[in-house]
Amino acid sequence: MSATRMQWLSPRNLRLLNPGRNESLRRGGSGCRSLTLPLSPGRALSGPSATRRGLPKEKMTENRAPPRAKVLTIDTMNPTVRKVEYAVRGPIVQRALELERELSEGMKKPFVEVIKANIGDAHAMGQQPITFFRQVLALCSYPELLNDSTFPEDAKSRARRILQSCGGNSMGSYSASQGIDAVRQDVARYIERRDGGVPCDPDNVYLTTGASDGIVTMLKLLVCGEGATRTGVMISIPQYPLYSAALAELAAVQVNYYLNEEKCWSMDLGELQRSLEEARRHCNPRALCVINPGNPTGQVQSRQCIEDVIRFAAKERLFLMADEVYQDNVYADGCQFHSFKKVLFDMGPEYSDAVELASFHSTSKCYMGECGFRGGYMEIINMDEEVKAQLTKLVSVRLCPPVPGQALMDLVVNPPQPGEPSHDKFIKERTATLSALAEKAELTEQVLNTVPGISCNPVQGAMYSFPRITIPEKAVKEATDKGQQPDMFYCMKLLEETGICLVPGSGFGQREGTHHFRMTILPPKDKLTILLNKVKEFHQRFTQQYS
Amino acid sequence: ISCYLSRSANTQFSVRRSARDITNMSQQAANGLPCRGKVLNLDNMNPNVRRVEYAVRGAIVQRALQIDKELKEGVKKPFTEVIKANIGDAHAMGQKPITFLRQVLALCAYPDLLDDNKFPDDSKQRARRILEACGGHSIGAYSSSQGIECIRQDVARYIEKRDDGISSDPDNIYLATGASDAIVTMLKLLVCGKGRDRTGVMISIPQYPLYSAALADLAAVQINYYLDEDKCWSLDIAELKRAVTAARQHCNPRVICIINPGNPTGQVQSRQCIEDVIRFAKEEHLFLMADEVYQDNVYAEGCKFHSFKRVLFEMGPEYSTTVEMASFHSTSKCYMGECGFRGGYMEVINMDPEVKAQLTKLVSVRLCPPVPGQALLDLVVNPPQPDEPSYDKFMKERTAVLAALAEKAGLTEQIFNTVPGITCNPVQGAMYTFPRITLPQKAIDKAKAEGQVPDMFYCMKLLEEEGICLVPGSGFGQREGTFHFRMTILPPTEKLKFVLQKISDFHIRFTQEFS
Repeated sequence: MSATRMQWLSPRNLRLLNPGRNESLRRGGSGCRSLTLPLSPGRALSGPSATRRGLPKEKMTENRAPPRAKVLTIDTMNPTVRKVEYAVRGPIVQRALELERELSEGMKKPFVEVIKANIGDAHAMGQQPITFFRQVLALCSYPELLNDSTFPEDAKSRARRILQSCGGNSMGSYSASQGIDAVRQDVARYIERRDGGVPCDPDNVYLTTGASDGIVTMLKLLVCGEGATRTGVMISIPQYPLYSAALAELAAVQVNYYLNEEKCWSMDLGELQRSLEEARRHCNPRALCVINPGNPTGQVQSRQCIEDVIRFAAKERLFLMADEVYQDNVYADGCQFHSFKKVLFDMGPEYSDAVELASFHSTSKCYMGECGFRGGYMEIINMDEEVKAQLTKLVSVRLCPPVPGQALMDLVVNPPQPGEPSHDKFIKERTATLSALAEKAELTEQVLNTVPGISCNPVQGAMYSFPRITIPEKAVKEATDKGQQPDMFYCMKLLEETGICLVPGSGFGQREGTHHFRMTILPPKDKLTILLNKVKEFHQRFTQQYS
Repeated sequence: ISCYLSRSANTQFSVRRSARDITNMSQQAANGLPCRGKVLNLDNMNPNVRRVEYAVRGAIVQRALQIDKELKEGVKKPFTEVIKANIGDAHAMGQKPITFLRQVLALCAYPDLLDDNKFPDDSKQRARRILEACGGHSIGAYSSSQGIECIRQDVARYIEKRDDGISSDPDNIYLATGASDAIVTMLKLLVCGKGRDRTGVMISIPQYPLYSAALADLAAVQINYYLDEDKCWSLDIAELKRAVTAARQHCNPRVICIINPGNPTGQVQSRQCIEDVIRFAKEEHLFLMADEVYQDNVYAEGCKFHSFKRVLFEMGPEYSTTVEMASFHSTSKCYMGECGFRGGYMEVINMDPEVKAQLTKLVSVRLCPPVPGQALLDLVVNPPQPDEPSYDKFMKERTAVLAALAEKAGLTEQIFNTVPGITCNPVQGAMYTFPRITLPQKAIDKAKAEGQVPDMFYCMKLLEEEGICLVPGSGFGQREGTFHFRMTILPPTEKLKFVLQKISDFHIRFTQEFS
């Protein structure tokens, strides 16, 4: 409201109040008419806009243009955009960037660098790219290198294969909108191998601009209805905020189901049922989103739990969206990744012929961490043929996903095989990354759990820890007085004092009255150790200060 | 009226349907696994998606891909290959990438090559600069959502140079996943209101169907203004006035979109015309979206590309401080034609700072545009300089591509205009010709009998008989009763001659067949 008021009272609008400029007032109407006016004298001014449409053409043009509000203001902007929030790159990250700039300008701070542990950005944290992948990408970018003897033969043969499936043998051509045929075939074979032979049809694979793109596209297809029939989408709380952001933008109804923090963030059928039944009173729940391994919560779902979820989706007629981008990031002993598709097909035709499912994967996570390439795919199962045609049409409007990302996706699903020259090096690099991650997952849990007031579930998978923090009452009050979420207040203070950038739990959702933060486990071990100790010291200091 | 009736029948249908669903819901809770239709079907899918159409990759392209497959499987056809002249895809048509651009991209992808003495120093120096601006010195890191800062600075400097010193603020530059991404994002910001207050967006007819598709997806109101085919597809202010006045009866026009040089129509706007459009936008209080992705593709003598921004600033502060504008550019067109990398940018001018903050937030949800595309854009706006080792080769390659395009533009116009029943405006710029074709009444009747628009009927027949894939004019919009097709001028000269000849022969045959 305050923004609206300021907008209204700005000088350029005040000029509209001048009764001597009736013409300008009328013409200004088109800019002001959609403003959500506060209950103020200004309200009367919405009158002239009503006459605007009927104005004869001459009157519209005879005068010089009067000063008036922008065509596009916060009040006349798409209201669903305003509701979008994306904490992973929210205000705390803005501030982190500012601090970085200040540091580089020589300003003195209690730290020498900003550590961005807010986002799962492996390379930014120093992880090295997989040599084989980058060799092939270089060859695809500049095919003259195919004559260079320093590149291994398997890299060259992969590059040749990719180039041959590109128009004009160039990555600079558009691909088919669904993605390059040969790459989709490789993805299908990869899925079959992963799922112990459950068949996969390349026609059901859509390459995407990162997994985010696939997720938003699927959600877009699903949203319809008005009022109580508006599509509701069930998402876990805590969630990855892409979901809430996409739902806000699509004006779909977000239906929260809570993960059980006491049971290592597991999913609870009773909670799903509760959430669904409550939602049915005000919307039409049609989709259920599951992130496994969990982001931000790091749990890995048991096979049993996945079965239960599938049964629930079938019974309640929900479209299942399985976000499985961390499928290669499983660290904890006794945990294993089970794909929703494999479990679905293991459950027999009663389910595998009926439950509609989309599964998402990406080149950004796992051992490769190639976020910048924006590669990904989705596989759809049991989708209505007519809807599939509509999906293909819809993605064609954006022409195609970036081809270098498609090429990279191909390498991820079709890496060097035993016997090929690059195999040993590839396996060595891959194993090194994954075992370092496993070690860091454990280290993080261990260190954070030594801090009174921080409790942390094991990081079974994915790339984040989402510990619970106890914030003293005084701090909660100070935050509330400042109009801030208590965990935002905490994280901002941490950033200003230590240079460590985390994301407050409120950006992901959490049970009322609890507070958390999300931190990646990606920094190199030495740095992670320093970081964890700094967080530890800060938490103790913070707790003392507000006790 | 019949349209209204069928729509209300539809609504009833869906209401009944959802009532049935609700009954089913409670039944199924008691009975276990239900056995019935899909959760997601055509009737309960997002209705906006259904309205989206994108002719450039529509039914005819699907058929072309099928024929391609059939040919590979050995099915006999009256031709040996399908020539896809439906889309501005330069490399697919055999255009070679610019060496320097690809060298730098290879260096960025695999920095070990920086030690290789086969690469010229300027390409290494560019690669180092890009990598230094990336997190962890890797193009595998996310960039900031607005795009890598040093690239945005390079873009701003490029715009300043292009516009003879008019300043450009890197903070107003947003890198994007191709220009399409930025255009859709801008439109998304602008859409609001219900019923008569719903945002209307003015687009040219013929248009590039990204616009109509995005507007359908956003449920915004499409306002058509017609280009004047008789005056080389020029823009006529009276027509703009007519369109906006008519639209005000049923929606709230807030945006005008201009494509210059034109797609699919190939015209290059005069400076005067741009001034008039800017004045019109100001008078009618419209946000101006200037699609300038073909800014380096101007061929006709006496034609020159004038950026909307430059003209806006030359009109003085009364305009340059008020008219809100976004301009779009891409790595996919011009002399480089690097479509697959999905690089692009937009510059926003006079945007409300609060809205700008919202824009920045909105783009952050998709994390960042593809970094290889960002790197490529950097090279496009900051190519080799005269004193650098790659300069000569770069200029040679660039000039060769642009000269060939100019030649092909001339050739296309010339040949088509010799065919009775085809008339073709000069291809002043961009990459397409959009000739008007005369279709015999019998053909029109036959098409209608088959439930096809006549120019789709024509293009499908051409595809089946000659293996040439064009896009029917109806996919772009055209004046009622006129017919066109869009064809790229991108095939290599010899192949283009062949294509033009085949189309000419086909047209004559088609005309005879249906006379």
